[in-house]
Amino acid sequence: MTRLSLHRLTPLAAALALAAALALAAALPAAHAAPASAGTDPELARELKQMREQLQKMQSAYEQRIAALEGRLAQAETQAGQAEKVAASATAQASEARQTAAQLQQASLRPPGQASSFNPEVSLILQGQMARLKDINERSITGFWGPGGHDHGGQSADKRGFSLDHTELVFSANIDPRFRGVARLAIIDGEVEVEEASVQTLGLDHGLVVKGGRFLSDIGYSNVQHPHEWDFADASLMQKVLWGGHGYRQDGLQVRWVAPTDLFFQLGAEAGRGDAFPGTDRNKNGSGSGALFANLGGDVGSSHSWRTGLSYLNTRASNRQSHFEDAAGLGEVLGQFTGRSRTWIADFVWKWAPEGNPKVRNFKFQSELFRRTEDGGLSCADGVTAACANSDSSAYRSRQSGGYAQAVYQFMPQWRVGYRYDWLSSGQISVDPGAYANFDAGNAAFSAYRPKKHSLMVDWSSSEYARLRLQFARDQSMQGVTDNQVILQYIMSLGTHGAHKF
Amino acid sequence: MQRLLLLLLLAAALPAQAALNILATVPEWGALAKEIGGDRVTVFTATTGLQDPHRIEAKPSLIARARRADLIIATGVELEVGWLPLLQRESGNSRIQTGQPGYFEAAAQVAMRDIPAVLDRAHGDVHAGGNPHIQTDPRNFLKIGEALAARLAQLDPAQAGAYQAAYRSFAERWQAALTRWQNRAAPLKGVAVLVQHDAFPYLNAWLGLKQVGVLEPKPGQEPSSAYLSEMLARQKAVPARMVLRPAYQYDAPSRWMAERAGIPAVTLAFTVGGTAEAADLFSLFDDTVERLLAALK
Repeated sequence: MTRLSLHRLTPLAAALALAAALALAAALPAAHAAPASAGTDPELARELKQMREQLQKMQSAYEQRIAALEGRLAQAETQAGQAEKVAASATAQASEARQTAAQLQQASLRPPGQASSFNPEVSLILQGQMARLKDINERSITGFWGPGGHDHGGQSADKRGFSLDHTELVFSANIDPRFRGVARLAIIDGEVEVEEASVQTLGLDHGLVVKGGRFLSDIGYSNVQHPHEWDFADASLMQKVLWGGHGYRQDGLQVRWVAPTDLFFQLGAEAGRGDAFPGTDRNKNGSGSGALFANLGGDVGSSHSWRTGLSYLNTRASNRQSHFEDAAGLGEVLGQFTGRSRTWIADFVWKWAPEGNPKVRNFKFQSELFRRTEDGGLSCADGVTAACANSDSSAYRSRQSGGYAQAVYQFMPQWRVGYRYDWLSSGQISVDPGAYANFDAGNAAFSAYRPKKHSLMVDWSSSEYARLRLQFARDQSMQGVTDNQVILQYIMSLGTHGAHKF
Repeated sequence: MQRLLLLLLLAAALPAQAALNILATVPEWGALAKEIGGDRVTVFTATTGLQDPHRIEAKPSLIARARRADLIIATGVELEVGWLPLLQRESGNSRIQTGQPGYFEAAAQVAMRDIPAVLDRAHGDVHAGGNPHIQTDPRNFLKIGEALAARLAQLDPAQAGAYQAAYRSFAERWQAALTRWQNRAAPLKGVAVLVQHDAFPYLNAWLGLKQVGVLEPKPGQEPSSAYLSEMLARQKAVPARMVLRPAYQYDAPSRWMAERAGIPAVTLAFTVGGTAEAADLFSLFDDTVERLLAALK
């Protein structure tokens, strides 16, 4: 079809026809390239490939013709002054056409788009800090059980001086039209922790989503947020006493249902292994921990949005250990809790941006409250430095509460300030005599105390992918200690960074 | 009892018969859906003309809307990448997943401009698929409208004829309007302009405006005063007649430049609802052309 009678036309007309044909031919593959980039239809991909080949063929044919044309133009140039003018403009047009062809060819040869290509979306989060903290040997929060063995998240945050946080590597992609998968690895010094490895359904209807694998539980508001999403350099005291700093994770199954209403209403249930603090791995069939949550959310005008929720977690611990001073003052023994642990969380988030456009100014208020009750038995196990006086198990009951409230204000593009107030109440702890006689009554875990903390932060974001933060905190979470902390932190992300939840 | 049961069954079946529920990410596609769908569709628009679609969050209210949508109309090319994927994932609605008939991308229907040769964040907020602001060239609405009419017909075959007829009527009126706008905008051809955000390549191509500079050093990056001074110095060598800004953008940089360079700062509606005058698709371009012409005087 392109073998038009080029030779019989004048150079100008030929060039014009060529330009038009090229533009037309090139516009077609460009229009088709986009649907193929959705990476969904193999037929489209095949079509794209054909067109590409066709275009390449056409381009090389045109190039030969353009060369021939240019030769002819050069000839014409030598003939007359008027002809020269015509030839010059024809050359310009020919080169313009060639440029267009090259541009459009580039467009059609582009590999299919980013997030939707077959390769998973990969992102890497770099995070580190410099902290000025008091030198405290074993940091704990007075009146609360330490989360025991697995608190490396807390440890790196408690390092003095320069330190590197986990480097987070995230892979995610749609697996097929029905499933989506996410893997999130936290890497630090010879240690790789699987923070999340879950699949969820895309294809279920009726507002249902089922997620399985390892994931951060949807209880509360901040629990699903990864450290790089936090508005402050460290976790709230509530987060620390409830789960040990980095969110409650489930190895299990979650079902969520969104109601078909204009007001956002969501119900969810989770069943999991229950091995994470405050539970322990209990080597049993079936579910080791269960969670329920309900959320409501909506907008008020175009400038305000809100979300609120109520959640409940029920899990059990078997011989959950923590270090205690022994009664004789000889050293440390292990206190072991066996029993049921129930946690209630109420959360509320309110966001404001003028006209709903947060680019320049925006405000976010967030608060969560919790109550945890634990009942079961307390016993003593020999520690490294001391032995138990008796092996009795005593009834143990605790009812504790606390929460935090924070506000973050972006007052101009890139700059935010924030304030958070944390408070806890060690509440009522009752232990029957017996096993209790093993422990020193002055142990922090048994003390009645109201820990609190004030945090003030300012951060600057160079883009959505890079943030620097300075935080001052007055931490009174340990009885008798006031720690004035300064943290300078960076959070940067490489690669396709997925969208964050509200 | 039987009658009651029948009534209940009918009530349950009714929603399936009702209008198609459409969730448009930005006002221009919401307006186009109304033009073609008429009262056969219910349209909810996720953003207003004063919101930057790059910066929206996956708000609970939007998840609730996505839950019941039969069709999502998005721009695509990563314009809504910060929130739309979450709406799709969180809503538990299989119809609106990418690749399903209930997911429509406008950018897939038109030829894209400014497709970056190199993908590197050092170049700022670049979109791998090309510049996403395709709605600033009204000619694109014909192609997108045609594809949308076909998609609506596919989703609601019973009304296929009505969608096609509505599209033909829209296309006719649009063609007439295009001629009107193009005639009216003839003096704008070749006019040198500065833009605050590189949001207008399609508008420039349509009206023949000559973009001589962008106030953002990189797409999405706020200009420093040093950078603005540099742009001001360039204004002497390559003078621009006006500086353009989408209505939802922070006006400080364009105002700064306009004051010092002594040229008008033009706020363009950019989409339906961006200015008071831009009430629908037709008035959007009436207003755009008039504002540009007013700045030329």
